[in-house]
Amino acid sequence: MKNSPGERLINGIIRENPTLVLMLGMCPTLAVTTSAINGAGMGLSTTVVLMFSNLIISLLRNFIPDRVRIPGYIVIVASLVTIVQFILEAYVPSLNDALGVYIPLIVVNCIILGRAESYASKNGPVNSFFDGVGMGLGFTLSLTILGAFRELLGAGTLFGITVLPESIYTPITIFILAPGAFFVLSCLVAIQNKVKNSSSKDDGQPQPTGGCGDCSTCGNSCCGSRSFFDMTVDDKKADNE
Amino acid sequence: MNEQLYNVSANPHVRDKASTHSIMLDVIIALIPATIFGFWNFGIHAIINTIICIATCVICEYAWQRLMHKKITINDMSATLTGLLLALNLPPEVPFWLPIIGGAFAIIVVKQVFGGLGQNFMNPALGARCFLLISFAGLMTDFSYTGFGGSFDATTSATPLAALKAGESVNLLSMFIGNEAGTVGETSALLLLIGGIYLIVRKVISWRIPVIYIVTLGVFVLLFGGHGFDLTYLAQELCGGGLMLGAFFMATDYVTSPITPNGQIVFALLLGILTGIFRLFGGSAEGVSYAIIFCNLLVPLIERFTTPTAFGKGGKKE
Repeated sequence: MKNSPGERLINGIIRENPTLVLMLGMCPTLAVTTSAINGAGMGLSTTVVLMFSNLIISLLRNFIPDRVRIPGYIVIVASLVTIVQFILEAYVPSLNDALGVYIPLIVVNCIILGRAESYASKNGPVNSFFDGVGMGLGFTLSLTILGAFRELLGAGTLFGITVLPESIYTPITIFILAPGAFFVLSCLVAIQNKVKNSSSKDDGQPQPTGGCGDCSTCGNSCCGSRSFFDMTVDDKKADNE
Repeated sequence: MNEQLYNVSANPHVRDKASTHSIMLDVIIALIPATIFGFWNFGIHAIINTIICIATCVICEYAWQRLMHKKITINDMSATLTGLLLALNLPPEVPFWLPIIGGAFAIIVVKQVFGGLGQNFMNPALGARCFLLISFAGLMTDFSYTGFGGSFDATTSATPLAALKAGESVNLLSMFIGNEAGTVGETSALLLLIGGIYLIVRKVISWRIPVIYIVTLGVFVLLFGGHGFDLTYLAQELCGGGLMLGAFFMATDYVTSPITPNGQIVFALLLGILTGIFRLFGGSAEGVSYAIIFCNLLVPLIERFTTPTAFGKGGKKE
C-alpha cells in the first residue's frame, strides 16, 4: 500500500496536506484567498504545474546532475508556469487579473520545489505524478475552504453568490484583508491539529513533524517553514551563547 | 521554642500590597470621571453599550478559562477594565452587536489565545478597536448623535480633530471640557488628565510614557503642523481625539509597554512621532490607537536593547 498512486493521493490531500500540515506555500495561501473562486483558481493552477513538474522531474531524475538540480527544476517549473499563465490569460482573464503576480510566483512555490526535491527526484514517474495530483488537490482544497470562509465572513457571498444579504448581516471587512487570512488560516490549522491528534491516539504512531524536512538546502526564501527554521536555529545559537 | 524566631522564606522579602486586582481597580477608579461624563454627555445608549462591553469581556474570559480548564481569573478585574476601555473607545450610538463582537475579539483573540493576562502582545481593548475600525469603518467613524438622555444636543458628525484637519475652527475650551463629538470616553481632556494624575500619584503608572508621549507629539505638531508657533493650534491638537485616553490609560498598560526605564522613553518617543505622522500626514484625522498597537509590537525589541546592566556585570569585557 505504501507508495502506491492511491496512497499518494490520500497522503497529499489529508495526511500531509501542504497548507494545513506541512505549512508550505504560505505566500499565495494568505494573499490570494480573498474569495473562494480565487482560492480554487490558484490551487488548480498550482496543481497543473505540480503534477507535470513532478512527472518531468521524475523522468529526468537520472539525467540531471546533482549539483545543478535546483536550476534544472526551476527551468522545468518556470516553463510549465508560463504555459499555465498563457492559458489563464486566454480563457479566464478575470481570474488572471485577480491572481496577478502570484501566477508567475508559482515558479518559486515551496510546495513544487519541495515535492521535486523530496519526492519526484527519488521516485518513479507514475507515483510522482499522483503525488503531484494529491498535493495539488490538497492545496486546492485548503485554499478553497480558506477563501470560502473569508468571502462568507468578509463579503457575505460564496463563489460570488450572495448568501448573507446586507440587510441581515454587516460584512466584517477585515476578513477580506490580510489579517483575516491569518485568522482563518490559524483556525483551520487548529481544527486540523485537533482532529488529527484525537484520531491518532488509537494507532499510537508518532506525528510527522511537518515541513519538507530539508530547509538547509531549500532555496525558497518565501517558504513559511524556512523562516521558522532559521529563527529556531538563531534562537538556539542565542541560547547557547 | 526557638523555631519561631526563624522565618525561612524565599526572596523577595520586601513586598508590596499591590495586586493585579488593586491595580486594575485603581485604573478603573481613574476612568470613572471620564466615563460618567461620557454617559452624561451621550445618554442611555452609551450606558447600555458600556454594560454590554464589560459583560461580554467578563463572560468571554470566564467561558474561555472554563472551557480550557484554566484558573478562572475574572476576579482580577482585568477583563472588566478591558471592557470599559473598549466601551470608551466606541462612538456613542453604535449598534448593540458591535460591542459584543469587539469584546469577544479583545478577550479571546488578542488576550486568551496568546496565554491570558501578561502574555498578550497588544492591548486587548485597542486591538479590538482597530479590528472594529477596519471591519466596520462606516459605523466606527460615525459620531453623529441623535440624542436620548444626553446633555448636549449637537448632531454634528465630525470630531473636533477632523474639523481641525479640514481647516475649520474649533472651540478649544469645549474640547478641553469635553462637550464635543467623539467616542464615549475620549472627549473630556480635563477629566482624563485628572484620572491620569491620580494614577501617577498612586504610582500605578510612571510619568515617563504619558508625559514624553504628549511632549513629543507637541514638538512634532509645532515642527510639522504647518501653523508655525501657534499655541492655540497646539493645544487643540493635544486636547483632541484619543490622545489623553491613549497616553494615560492605553500606552501605559503593564503587559504591552516596556518595563525598562530607558525602554519606556524610547517607546513614548516612538508613540509621539508615529501619532504625529498618522495625524498630520495620514488619511485619517486620528492615529493614537494605531500608533499604540504598532509600538506594542515593538516592545520586545525595545526591551532587548534597553536592558539595564545587572549589578556586578558592568565594566569592560576582558
